[in-house]
Amino acid sequence: MSGPVEAPLSAAEPPLPKGRLKVFLGYAAGVGKTYQMLDEAQELRRKGVDVVVGYFEPHGRQDTIAKTAALEFISRKQIEYRGSVFEEMDVDAILRRRPAVCLVDEFAHTNVPGSPRLKRWEDVQLLLQAGIDVLTTLNVQHLESLNDEVWHITGVRVRETVPDWVVDAADEVVLVDLTAEALQNRLHRGVVYTADKAKKAMENFFTEANLTALREMALRHTAHEVEGRLSDLEAPARGLTPTARPAAQAPARHERILICLTERPSTAVLIRRGKRVADYLHADCLAVHVQRNSRSGGTGGRSGALEKHLTFARNLHIETHVLKGKDVARTIVDFAREQNITQIFLGRAGARGFWGGVGSTVHKVVRQARDREITVVAERLR
Amino acid sequence: MDDERILSNLPASIDKRPSPDELLRRVQAEERRARRGRLKVFLGYASRVGKSFRMLDEGRRRKERGEDVVVAAIQFPLTPDLEALMATLEYIPVLRESYGGNEYEVLNVAAIFRRHPRVCLVDELAYDNPPGTRNPKRWQDVDNILDQGISVITAINLQHIEEQQDAVERITGKRALQTVPERFLRSADEIVLVDAAVDDMMQRATTLEPGDLRRRLSELRELALLLAADVIDGQLEGYLRAHGVELRWGSQERILVCITPRSDAAAMLRSGRRNADRFHGNLLVCYVQQSGLAAKDQATMDANLALAIELEADVHVLDGADPIDAIIRFAREQKVTQIFVGHSAPNRWSEMWSHSPVDRLIRAATDIDVRIFPHPQTL
Repeated sequence: MSGPVEAPLSAAEPPLPKGRLKVFLGYAAGVGKTYQMLDEAQELRRKGVDVVVGYFEPHGRQDTIAKTAALEFISRKQIEYRGSVFEEMDVDAILRRRPAVCLVDEFAHTNVPGSPRLKRWEDVQLLLQAGIDVLTTLNVQHLESLNDEVWHITGVRVRETVPDWVVDAADEVVLVDLTAEALQNRLHRGVVYTADKAKKAMENFFTEANLTALREMALRHTAHEVEGRLSDLEAPARGLTPTARPAAQAPARHERILICLTERPSTAVLIRRGKRVADYLHADCLAVHVQRNSRSGGTGGRSGALEKHLTFARNLHIETHVLKGKDVARTIVDFAREQNITQIFLGRAGARGFWGGVGSTVHKVVRQARDREITVVAERLR
Repeated sequence: MDDERILSNLPASIDKRPSPDELLRRVQAEERRARRGRLKVFLGYASRVGKSFRMLDEGRRRKERGEDVVVAAIQFPLTPDLEALMATLEYIPVLRESYGGNEYEVLNVAAIFRRHPRVCLVDELAYDNPPGTRNPKRWQDVDNILDQGISVITAINLQHIEEQQDAVERITGKRALQTVPERFLRSADEIVLVDAAVDDMMQRATTLEPGDLRRRLSELRELALLLAADVIDGQLEGYLRAHGVELRWGSQERILVCITPRSDAAAMLRSGRRNADRFHGNLLVCYVQQSGLAAKDQATMDANLALAIELEADVHVLDGADPIDAIIRFAREQKVTQIFVGHSAPNRWSEMWSHSPVDRLIRAATDIDVRIFPHPQTL
């Protein structure tokens, strides 16, 4: 459904070099991501590079609109949905026009139903595959791995998310930084939103505490992206990395993390947490669900909830397995040994269920897998 | 006296309200702050990343909004875009002085005081002054300017921060001759990171040697991002404390390794260090004080604590009748995100059907990840 889109390659034509993706990362509307992206486009245009605007969201901001002067725009595509007309980026038109560089605002946007692809980031994949360089904008709270933290801090469950691997695969991630105070000043001056909308925003999401916490997240995430690209470079001379400490230099073994999925809604939190830890440890990440064999035969179909979790895990590039077994804990532990898993991630349940004390699955896995690390993940409640 | 005892015996949740002394300190600090100018710092990870541009551009915008802005130091020669910005701004030239065969550029502090603008722009915060001037360092001049109620916007490179010298030397092989202490940076009201893609910096970074340039720039960039994140984390904490807001966890990972004489503490500590480094988080270590420890166990504990200190962990000794309660209380207080514990001994049959201390910890730590480590005898 919404996995990475791969263009079919015929043996006759050599594959085009892929376009480069550059992400301007911010932490809220109004920090200046689009402005900086347009600034770079103007510089490219002055240098004679063939640059077009594939999608631009002006939000009525005059200084940003002024920055688009002399840039070529590709008309948006109109899509009718439930009697209303929506406008989306016209990927086909951009592919026909075939510029060297294309600007695409709001990377995390979800397309209106009826569009060829669900997400704008999937549209961008097509442009990149056609060899077009893309500049795009994104706020840190739209990253899938930070969804629970953002919710915890701000109380807002961000619905439009981008899997981390999409951003990890970008050639460059540049932080667009602005202090929370300066952003609030912009809101006061009505630069970001209209007066009444700005007032509402500052009472809710745009509080100083929220903005500062999100800003710290953006800085840390950019550092994480820089480090990811560093580890792609050749291995450093020993002791060159800033964090190197003599006692910690025991060679790190290759970690493999296994996330145990259930049908419970909190499994989404477990998946995000396990994947985040795996990403930071540069570990492989697998997920498993065990269906209990019932004596009466038919195990029944998988529930919709479980399917949703499996799809979610696959979209995050987690290798998923569904197993059958009489004893859930035993099956998990055997699978972990067979797969050389170093760390098993388990969720905790409410009053009853997975962690019901003695005899529960967590209790049994902790006892039976005493030769590997086991992480029982917190309930991340507000 | 009685009040104090009552206060100190109150449960932690009520204890959070600031004491009268604390409130007075805050009011006084607030007043001092209100009289002093505001300091804003643009932090970059290499020269020519665009700090001076950001600084001057902010000066231009403020002036357009009616603020009284002057430039007190800028690095010549100017690039065309900087020149265009300078043309819109008033300039109080630096004083040029020579001493011991070296040329110095010194802020004209007296002229700045006389002119007394609302905002003063100062480039190259790390410069030294020659002997015989008001202060040995430019940042001290800036401190004096702030005391006069004049706000300062300034720019500095990561390489010029005193406490970053070891890390910078590991990356570039060089130490800076002129530096600013990190505490001055942390005292700033606002700090802004000026970021740029490493690719774009490859042609601009003329002061670094070309060998391994991409790696060096990337490492400096990561360091600058993390330093800024750290400064902002401090600001956030201060803000939350001042407003009595409680956040269970923030964006920084904090790992607590619980050691006992019986668990494989060395493996846990090393893993804790590695994990904390990977997350750029903090490593805490605790053990619960036990009386009447056997000599062999005491020796193991001592060795483990020595390793914890070597690994630069923040080591805490806890007291408490119930070790699990003590650990959970401490972990919540310290906003720990992951607790590392070890299985204490190989499986005993009786344990299969009962609750071990590890089980109790898992049950109690509903809001913290618990990672259980193997016991060496099971490996």
